[in-house]
Amino acid sequence: MFRNVDWYDIWLATLDTLLMLFGSLLFTVLIGLPLGVLLFLTGPRQLLQNRAIYGVLSLVVNVLRSLPFIILLIVMIPLTVLLTGTSLGVAGAIPPLVAGAAPFFARLVETALREVDRGIIEATQAMGASTRQIIWNALLPEARPGIIAAITVTAITLVSYTAMAGVVGAGGLGDLAIRYGYQRFQTDVMVVTVVLLLCLVQILQVVGDRLVIHFSRK
Amino acid sequence: MIEFHDVYKTYRVNGRDIQALKPTSLSVRAGEVFGLIGHSGAGKSTLLRLINRLEEPSGGRIVVDGVEVTALAPEGLRRFRRQVGMIFQHFNLLSSKTVADNVAMPLRLAGEMPPAAIRARVAELLRRVGLSEHADKYPAQLSGGQKQRVGIARALATGPKILLCDEATSALDPQTTAQVLQLLAEINRELGLTIVLITHEMDVIRRVCDRVAVIEDGAIVEQGLVVDVFLHPRHPTTVRFVQEAEQIDQDGLREDFAHVSGRILRLTLKGETTHAPLLGRIARATGVDYSILSGRFDRIKGVSYGQLILALVGGDFEAALRQLQAADVHVEVLR
Repeated sequence: MFRNVDWYDIWLATLDTLLMLFGSLLFTVLIGLPLGVLLFLTGPRQLLQNRAIYGVLSLVVNVLRSLPFIILLIVMIPLTVLLTGTSLGVAGAIPPLVAGAAPFFARLVETALREVDRGIIEATQAMGASTRQIIWNALLPEARPGIIAAITVTAITLVSYTAMAGVVGAGGLGDLAIRYGYQRFQTDVMVVTVVLLLCLVQILQVVGDRLVIHFSRK
Repeated sequence: MIEFHDVYKTYRVNGRDIQALKPTSLSVRAGEVFGLIGHSGAGKSTLLRLINRLEEPSGGRIVVDGVEVTALAPEGLRRFRRQVGMIFQHFNLLSSKTVADNVAMPLRLAGEMPPAAIRARVAELLRRVGLSEHADKYPAQLSGGQKQRVGIARALATGPKILLCDEATSALDPQTTAQVLQLLAEINRELGLTIVLITHEMDVIRRVCDRVAVIEDGAIVEQGLVVDVFLHPRHPTTVRFVQEAEQIDQDGLREDFAHVSGRILRLTLKGETTHAPLLGRIARATGVDYSILSGRFDRIKGVSYGQLILALVGGDFEAALRQLQAADVHVEVLR
């Protein structure tokens, strides 16, 4: 049992996966949240309704979302090298991970904001709030549970993306699974990596759900 | 206090212009409770939202307290809106904030008051609406009536001169409606606040309003003192609203009166006349006999009124009619 498993390698790969996951999640939220807010505000019948901006943003988001992630990884290599100096390892994985996840996250944020009752926006306007105040004091607090749920879903998507990034030399558990589990027929390594990935997803889901419940006042 | 000069609003829907409000002139006096009644889609909600420009008018001038609202730039409009409180049918409280934070919100947005002063003001407002012990709860933990009282406290936070009420009691049960209306009347009396409210229930108008305007198809079809409009509705829409409020079954009455002999009159008495001993005196003087077919007596905004339907038999009918009119009774001959 587990004859081929080098636990130290597993530990390093797990660390790499976690670094890629949280590094890319951070940038995904930093880029995707404002993008989602902008998508919402410029959308039809919204506060900053603007057909041109909404159209362009929407198109970019859709293009990035429709590219299979494995293709995006390869297409992005020149840009990744430009940004981080390398296309390998954790640093080389983060740009394509963010490019793959941020548009997806932005759409989820847009949807979460649409769930906010229009009456609340109207009431905040009636108080004399500026658009900036409406975003910070009404929209984001009211959409918080939805946004946390969106972060959870995005994080879980990113876990599977990190495994794919392993294929092009990003390291991590996915890389281990492919190099040992698949290419060298070491089923025990495959089993260990799969179980670890499964646990990671499970933990993310449980923590996310808890936070959503904590912040839901309905 | 609030003046509309030929204000209108058109929407463009699927390439067609729809007139939500036809050119309307209107004047609301300082310190009064002004009611707007109409069916849904009549344009009352549009009219209300034009006052604080949640809806942009397509044309015309709106002047509030000497300020030409229609000419305000964004920053000026935001400052103006802080002087106009608003409450809503579905309360529109932020579910993510506590009761106290909801009430504090307009003050924090204005950013002119230090936190300690905001806390004191919020406590005072919650006391006024009777919700002091619920300060740390979330809206979801409150009943409908309590939520609306939070809405009222929030609307009053910045000390506005005007309160706009958008179907404020339509989502509440009758008992809670009465309590909320009583609170509004109290605020109007004690703070001298001008209140504009819209509703589709004549009963709400009767309980709190001084004056009323009836709106239909984007136009005001009748307006005046509530007592007058209530007792002498002219426009068919107004008549229907009053009948709904009074639960008058017109057809049923007509059936009942079919086998009553003599002439049938409707008398409307108002103010002093309401309690004067008229009928017996006039009956003796003119020799007519009367029977009371239906009647109601009540008060609207401190004015007592009565409405009676009588059947008169024998005697000098014309003389009785003249004497009733001479006694300041409004008489309609129904048959």
